[in-house]
Amino acid sequence: MITIDSVSKWYGDFQVLKNCTTTVEKGAVVVVCGPSGSGKSTLIKCVNGLEDFQEGTITVAGTSVGAPDTDLPKLRSRVGMVFQNFELFPHLSIMDNLTIAQEKVLGRSRSEAAEKARQLLARVDLSAQAQKYPLQLSGGQQQRVAIARALAMDPVAMLFDEPTSALDPEMVSEVLDVMTSLAREGMTMMCVTHEMGFARKVADRVIFIDKGEIVDDRPTEDFFGKERSGRAEQFLSKLLGH
Amino acid sequence: MQIWNWSGFFDYLTNPFILGGAFTTLWLTAVAIIGGLVLGFVLALMKMAPSRLLSAPAAGYIWLFRGTPLLVQLIVIYTGLPQLGIKLSVVESALIGLTLNEAAYLAEIVRAGITAVPQGQVRAARALGMREAQIMRYIVMPQALRIIIPPLGNSVNGLLKTTSVTSVISMEELLRRTQVLIQERFMVLELFAVAAIYYLVMTTLWDIVQRRIERRFGRAYQQLGSATEQR
Repeated sequence: MITIDSVSKWYGDFQVLKNCTTTVEKGAVVVVCGPSGSGKSTLIKCVNGLEDFQEGTITVAGTSVGAPDTDLPKLRSRVGMVFQNFELFPHLSIMDNLTIAQEKVLGRSRSEAAEKARQLLARVDLSAQAQKYPLQLSGGQQQRVAIARALAMDPVAMLFDEPTSALDPEMVSEVLDVMTSLAREGMTMMCVTHEMGFARKVADRVIFIDKGEIVDDRPTEDFFGKERSGRAEQFLSKLLGH
Repeated sequence: MQIWNWSGFFDYLTNPFILGGAFTTLWLTAVAIIGGLVLGFVLALMKMAPSRLLSAPAAGYIWLFRGTPLLVQLIVIYTGLPQLGIKLSVVESALIGLTLNEAAYLAEIVRAGITAVPQGQVRAARALGMREAQIMRYIVMPQALRIIIPPLGNSVNGLLKTTSVTSVISMEELLRRTQVLIQERFMVLELFAVAAIYYLVMTTLWDIVQRRIERRFGRAYQQLGSATEQR
């Protein structure tokens, strides 16, 4: 579904991504972790072309992201993305947050889009909030709306960029629960996250990035077994150390 | 000669000639603000463009029109341009002068509003597959508008009074008509007091309208108590 092949990216002289290669199979859940500044968020943003890259290729559902003739908006409309800071549209009601792109991008009718939105709000247990505005919701609720907004586009894959990092601790699980159920339903997912419990429970593979390099890329049981690299070991011990 | 002529004052308070002048002041303001907003929006987009081919002319325009007095601009448009074969009527000159001048100020206000919308919003809209024009229209502009409205309201208030400058090219707005009557009747203080009252009524009414608009655009930003109680 997602193929990343020898991708390198520079900001001026600084190389943020070094020859990254990996694949996310259809229906697979891949967790990407690594120290801050390691390039993991940059990598996931390259997948839907929110960041460009200078070398290598990324293919999503058969379409090359970096190719000059690729219709990026069209490609993006097929890939859901969830951000660290939710990025709901504050001037629109929750309902309109879920319908605007369905209408303006997919050309769905108002009623069709609203019906889809209602189903998804029910799914993330927020039906009662449909007429409220984003800033009237808690962080966890906002992030669940953001997931619903992405799902409303019927994406072929979902990208999560640290979806729980900006949340108060007590709200992390409500978001992870939604992500877990998505994974169980067979959604293709690439998740940048530090939630190692989620990774252990849900991920098929774990990728560890350090200094722009993919250091580990192995099945979850191996990663949490003894097969990980020394650098990943260090990172994990810091993460789980207290 | 009397010190203060009350009956004259009250007569002029409801004088149709002055009322007509106030009406002219109103529509001059309305047209200049709307025209200035449209032109200012284009200038703001140009100034923010990465290409210097677009940003430089916009910056030059803003520099020129903010750096010279409106009075001079009006006189040049009305009495200077005919030298180049461009003859404009008083009304045309007044409208063009006010609009061009206002656009330079509004361009900076619009630009500040657009810049204040976080980049994350644009990224999220892009991630949903929206195209740049759609992002501007449905995501950035509505949010920028909320930021723009207070300074924009300030501009409307200022413009209501600034239109009086067009009296120098004999535009028949409130001040000009007041002066015409003064020259006929010599009731200087009474007439200026009437003009002042008209200006105050117009600016006060605008204040009320502006507060309504601000409340409307602020609706989505009212927090309903503590967020965790919302379930």
